[in-house]
Amino acid sequence: MSNPQQLRFSKEHEWLSPAEDGVSTIGITEFAANQLGDVVYAQLPEAGDTVTAGETCGELESTKSVSDLYSPVTGEVVESNQAVVDDPSLVNTAPFEGGWLFKVRVSEEPKDLLSADEYTEFSGN
Amino acid sequence: MSTSPRRTALDALHRSLGATMTDFAGWDMPLRYTSERDEHQAVRTRAGLFDLSHMGEITVTGPQAVQLLDHALVGNISTVGPGRARYTMICREDGGIVDDLIVYRLGDTEYMVVANAGNAQVVLDALTERAAGFEATVRDDRDAYALIAVQGPESPAILASVTDADLDGLKYYAGLPGTVAGVPALIARTGYTGEDGFELFVEPQHAEKLWLALTEAGREKGLVPCGLSCRDTLRLEAGMPLYGHELTTALTPFDAGLGRVVKFEKAGDFVGREALRAAADRAETAPPRRLVGLVAEGRRVPRAGMAVVAGGQVVGEVTSGAPSPTLGKPIAMAYVDAGHAEPGTAGVGVDIRGSHEPYEVVALPFYKRRK
Repeated sequence: MSNPQQLRFSKEHEWLSPAEDGVSTIGITEFAANQLGDVVYAQLPEAGDTVTAGETCGELESTKSVSDLYSPVTGEVVESNQAVVDDPSLVNTAPFEGGWLFKVRVSEEPKDLLSADEYTEFSGN
Repeated sequence: MSTSPRRTALDALHRSLGATMTDFAGWDMPLRYTSERDEHQAVRTRAGLFDLSHMGEITVTGPQAVQLLDHALVGNISTVGPGRARYTMICREDGGIVDDLIVYRLGDTEYMVVANAGNAQVVLDALTERAAGFEATVRDDRDAYALIAVQGPESPAILASVTDADLDGLKYYAGLPGTVAGVPALIARTGYTGEDGFELFVEPQHAEKLWLALTEAGREKGLVPCGLSCRDTLRLEAGMPLYGHELTTALTPFDAGLGRVVKFEKAGDFVGREALRAAADRAETAPPRRLVGLVAEGRRVPRAGMAVVAGGQVVGEVTSGAPSPTLGKPIAMAYVDAGHAEPGTAGVGVDIRGSHEPYEVVALPFYKRRK
């Protein structure tokens, strides 16, 4: 698998797209999706919610376990992906595309986000 | 105790297939190869191939082998004919369940006991101790066998294409020695999936050859390699208990709703008889918590250890839970107070991280195959 070069990554295995008009898209990496196994339930933050970098903002449930979802940045949620709520398997089949989770108007982002190459080395994938 | 997990004879094959591995009872085992839901559906509709080499084989031989087993286990092993198998349990003197087992009668005075991987040493020790005074030998054969299972509606056709053994004559819970893909094997019609299927005990040196032959034979039939993750959802849908979840040393077979495996009518004393008699009487007069099925109305998944609630009170505990691929909903097995255990009981929920999610109480199993 390869991690898209234009994205940046958190050590909690989220990815963050480059901001467009101050808004970034957030999802989990293919590595994380593979570790989880088939995702069967996604509880996502909703538009209007405030999320804080490094804090939990939802959960992803798979066959074997439930995992907290962390936001890689601080800001206000402007949209969550209803398609994933309706069909959580999108997280497995298209983690970097149709399986995105939510969009945030970023007010602050941590300095320790990783590049694609750094994340590949960090995750070993 | 060794610190690094043990690897089966098929380890390199699993890795070449891209399996996600997991530590299970001290063994490095395939959790899944691709999607556990796809693997689950393959077993329900076509066929799946499992490496179960972590299971613990113990051979009991000698003129008093059957007397030893009747003494050490709760079942009536004397009634098991040659080539047949029996689901049974080994209990402590206080009636607590040490493990659930399958006993295969391989010959007139030769039996193979198959224990769960996590309990194999305890079962071996108990059988060895209980063998004192019997003319019987208990042998640790864990390293003597690899175990490969082929499960699912297509499994008879797949297996038939690589063996001359009489599979039509091989009933459920029977086993016969034969040759599969040129490999000597004990062919057993047993499984833990709720589907028709076979378990093949072979020497570890032959495991890879057998796996590859079954893979080839199953290619046209849609057989896929399957990991332990789907094995768990398959057995949960089939309402089959898992040691450490539905069965523990704190419970007797009567507490687990499996009192039928205890055979008081058999000749001679057996370990736990007195305590189990008391447990049977208790179950009659003061019904203990009952093992029931729960089906979610929502999408959040119950997990082992979560409280079952009704009217603001804790009325039980979830022992296993998972999203059911067949039902398309989360399901669970739970021990629930008798007053809330009837199918259809209203107002029952599971406390999932603080929120009480509504659940329907149903009779087990969740899934039964059409014969």
